[in-house]
Amino acid sequence: MNIYVLVKRTFDTEEKIVVSGGKIQEDGAEFIINPYDEYAIEEAIQVRDAQGGEVTVLTMGGEDAEKQLRTALAMGADKAVLINIEDDVEEMDQFTAAHVISEYLKDKNPDLILAGNVAIDGGSGQVGPRVAESLGINYVTTITNLEINGTTVTIKRDVEGDTEVLETSLPLLVTAQQGLNEPRYPSLPGIMKAKKKPLEEVELDDLDIDEDDVVAKTETIEIYLPPKKEAGKVLEGELADQVKELVHLLHSEAKVV
Amino acid sequence: MSKKVLVLGEAREGALRNVSYEAIAAAKQISSGGEVVSVLLGDSVGELATELGKYGADRVITVEHPHLKQYTSDGYGQALLAVIEQENPDAIVFGHTALGKDLSPKIASKLQIGLVSDVTSIEGEGDSAVFIRPIYSGKAFEKVKVKAGIEFITIRPNNIAPLAKDDSKSAVVSSLSVDITNLRTIIKEVVRKTTEGVDLSEAKVVIAGGRGVKSEEGFAPLKELADVLGGAVGASRGACDADYCDYSLQIGQTGKVVTPDLYIAAGISGAIQHLAGMSNSKIIVAINKDPEANIFKVADYGIVGDLFEVIPMLTEEFKKLKVNA
Repeated sequence: MNIYVLVKRTFDTEEKIVVSGGKIQEDGAEFIINPYDEYAIEEAIQVRDAQGGEVTVLTMGGEDAEKQLRTALAMGADKAVLINIEDDVEEMDQFTAAHVISEYLKDKNPDLILAGNVAIDGGSGQVGPRVAESLGINYVTTITNLEINGTTVTIKRDVEGDTEVLETSLPLLVTAQQGLNEPRYPSLPGIMKAKKKPLEEVELDDLDIDEDDVVAKTETIEIYLPPKKEAGKVLEGELADQVKELVHLLHSEAKVV
Repeated sequence: MSKKVLVLGEAREGALRNVSYEAIAAAKQISSGGEVVSVLLGDSVGELATELGKYGADRVITVEHPHLKQYTSDGYGQALLAVIEQENPDAIVFGHTALGKDLSPKIASKLQIGLVSDVTSIEGEGDSAVFIRPIYSGKAFEKVKVKAGIEFITIRPNNIAPLAKDDSKSAVVSSLSVDITNLRTIIKEVVRKTTEGVDLSEAKVVIAGGRGVKSEEGFAPLKELADVLGGAVGASRGACDADYCDYSLQIGQTGKVVTPDLYIAAGISGAIQHLAGMSNSKIIVAINKDPEANIFKVADYGIVGDLFEVIPMLTEEFKKLKVNA
């Protein structure tokens, strides 16, 4: 089975966000594989181990993303692809990303593409389904279970807390929700092996993409931090009185009940 | 310039979801005196159409087909693209719901247009509309403009207030016949895990439990309080990892993002990943035995104490309040 995983390099979840000059400051920040993409990588490895085939992890970004690709290779992926847009694309959005990734994938005949259901930085959740639509294949988002029998695929997906059970077929793109699996940590031998695994780097020229064709459709005009929340009020006194006071405050001051 | 804005109405168990009305309000603002057209898709949705008019829709278009009984991206995609082709709108608004999140990128890709997801507020109107959305799990916000083409946004439930209901208003209702074919996904079953009707992402009140809840049974008092307040129960990752509850209840960076009017965190320490899922709630109440718990830093009100003592007392007090009201 020819399996691709779309991976994004994101800020570590613990990172503090600093805005300067209208941009999120990246200097000194720790970067990780987007947590939802880790589920996608793990699932891809499990599917390959059960069904045979090859797992290719793919990311779009700059040179720095090589580190996250190596981590995915250390987890057990077979190959990696970095679509390096650093020098070509100034302003990008989800349209840009989906277009570039689709152009790369269109002649690769993937049977299964996995991605995280959302990236924790941009948070739009668009790129996976957009890629599937561009490639003309079906997609299922926020999956929590995946079973493949020949070309028949049975999936459980999370729909706002309920579980939908559905059937579809390959080729297919799925996006991973929490609960799909428990992503493994790269083992030491895995890390050693990953250094020798193939990592291909391509640029827009290699994909015959004109920079004008991937100009973003949307534009971020400002980035700002939410107003700092003032420390709240910790109630005091007898517990019963605290509870009464809280109900009063919620009702009369905050007016939320 | 006034605009024609298409809005997707969304029903759940035979009733329109609140976000459908919120989307109409957003559409009104974008339309700047133009026209707001609601779209309803399903196997039998005609009865719901009148309600949309009372909340500000000028027109309602229904597409009814047996294949639209359950949502699939193929079925809904075909129906909606047919409506878009007929109406040629300047803007489109969906709710940022499971359905909206799943369907909107397909439509955007098909039309080769931009899409601003998870919008929490809109500044300006008409051509100068700017969309505000949280990024980095709510640790920052961005203002986004659509450069050209159809303005397509999804709005986060509970953030944009619906217009006041006006019973004297009505929308012109029409139906469009669309041939729905070649569905690649078959829905076999939907297993309901959520509590009676109140959806976590749309709930005005959320009572969330953490490791301090200690067991599956420990969620019972939280559920009781949620029932009294008409709210939903949520959980921290810690509680889910410990198997006290299903992952479908998880609120946080991985998990659901909620912005209710009232968020009560019981026995939750307040890890940064949890805060990412709830810190934009209007009012936050923390109940924790540990006065040093991080959750108190984001809480508007806090009680240092045992949740198993505090929550039942709160339930009783709220019951009294309801009786007196």
